Amino acid sequence: MTGNGAALPRPLGLLAELTHRCPLGCPYCSNPLALDRRNDELDAATWARVFREAAALGVLQVHLSGGEPAARRDLVEIMAAAHGAGLYTNLITSAVGLTTKTLGALADAGLDHVQISIQDSAEKSADHIAGYAGAFARKRALAAEVTALKIPLTVNAVIHRANIARVEELVALALEMGAARVEIAHVQYYGWALQNRAMLMPTREQVEDAVKVVESLRQRHHGRIVIDAVVPDYHARFPKPCVGGWGRRSLNVTPSGKVLPCHAAESIPGLEFWSVREHSVAEIWTSSPAFNAFRGTSFLPEPCRSCERREVDFGGCRCQAFALTGDARATDPVCQFSPHHARVVELAAEHEDRSYAYRRM
Amino acid sequence: MTDTPQTASISPETRPRLPRGVRLVHNEAQGGWVLLAPERVFKADAIAAEIVKRCSGEATFAEIVDDLARSFTAPRERIAADAGALLRVLADKKLLEL
Repeated sequence: MTGNGAALPRPLGLLAELTHRCPLGCPYCSNPLALDRRNDELDAATWARVFREAAALGVLQVHLSGGEPAARRDLVEIMAAAHGAGLYTNLITSAVGLTTKTLGALADAGLDHVQISIQDSAEKSADHIAGYAGAFARKRALAAEVTALKIPLTVNAVIHRANIARVEELVALALEMGAARVEIAHVQYYGWALQNRAMLMPTREQVEDAVKVVESLRQRHHGRIVIDAVVPDYHARFPKPCVGGWGRRSLNVTPSGKVLPCHAAESIPGLEFWSVREHSVAEIWTSSPAFNAFRGTSFLPEPCRSCERREVDFGGCRCQAFALTGDARATDPVCQFSPHHARVVELAAEHEDRSYAYRRM
Repeated sequence: MTDTPQTASISPETRPRLPRGVRLVHNEAQGGWVLLAPERVFKADAIAAEIVKRCSGEATFAEIVDDLARSFTAPRERIAADAGALLRVLADKKLLEL
C-alpha cells in the first residue's frame, strides 16, 4: 500500500542527527539503544547534498542535532551548507564540547537559532541526571555567549520525576539565561527512556501540579518568554499527533544516512528504511516503504476508524503502539478508547528508585 | 492561543522589526509566504505578508500604515487596527520587536 495520492504533503522540517557521539549520558536520550559509530557517519559533502535536496522538496528548517553535534569537527562546514541551501538552521546542543570559537564561526556562517538542553535548575541534580560533572556550568556559560552574539536561544528542559517539582525554577532559569522560548518537555518513553521508565515516571499528582504551574507561568510571563509544553502522555486521555502525522511534516536522517519518519521509527520491526547514500531525499519521501507504511489514516483499526479525532491525532504514535501492544497499527494505547489503555494507567503508576541506566555507546 | 489578549495600542513612532532568528520567506513548494522562527513555522496569508514585509526596522508604524493604506486604497483607521492587532500578536510570540 502506498497511501499517497497526488496531494502528498511536503515536509517542513528535517532533523539531522550528525552523530550519536555525546559526552552526556541522559537516561531519557531519544537516540536508539544501538548507536551509530563514528566510522559510519555521513561526510560533510553528503550532508550538503541532503540539505539541497531537502530544500528543493520544500523543507524550510533543519535541526542540527545528535548526539552532540559539536562532536563533529566539520560542524561549521555542515551548518554553512544548510544555510547555503536556504534552510533555517537550528543547532540543538548539550553545550558540552561546543567551544566559544566554534560558536563564533557558526554565528558568522549564518546560524539562525540555538537550543540548549538543561537537566535541572539545581546544579548538583542537573549534573547527576546528565551523568557529567560540570555540564550545568558549561550550559550557563554557552547561553551567555549565544545571547551576546544576539542569536535567539531556546532552553529545552526535559521533565521527569527528579525535576518535575522545579518547573517554576526551570522557567526562571531559562529567563535568566536569556531565552525567548522554553520547552517544558515531559519525557516521552522510547529507547533509553523506555529502559528507565520506572525511574523517570512522575506521579499523577506531580503531573497535575506541573500542568497548573505551566498555565500560571504562561500568564505571568506573557510576552517575555514563550513556554511550549510537550505533554506527559502516559497521563493523558488522548494521544499526541506524533510528529504531526507519519510522513506528513518531517523527516529524520540518522548519522549513517538512514531516513526515518521519526527518531524512534527503527524500534518498529519489519520497516524498510532507505538511505541517502542510495536515494535522493525526494525519492525517499515519496516512495520509501517505511514512509508509506503508516501514511494517512486508512491503516487504522477501530476505535480509530470511526473516531472523529482520527484526522486530529492520526491514532497517536506508531512506535508507542508497537512498544505497548506489539502491533504498530493499533490505536496508541494512551487513548482512553484503546482496549489496552488500562496497561498505560498501570505503567504510569509504576515507580522504582534504582539508579538510571545512563545512555552510553 | 490561550494567551491573555493585549489591548495596548502600538505607538505610531515605533519602528517594528523582525528579530534575528525570524525571517519571512516565499516558498513555492509550501505554496506561499511563511514566517520562519525558532523551531516554528507560520504560514502567512497575503495580507499578513504585506504587513510583515514592511517591518524592516526603518519605517515607523505610522509610515507602514500610510503605505498600506496607499497600496491597498483602504481606510487608514481600519488598516491601523488590523495591522496593529497582527503586530501585537507577533510581538507576544517573540516574532517581532516593537
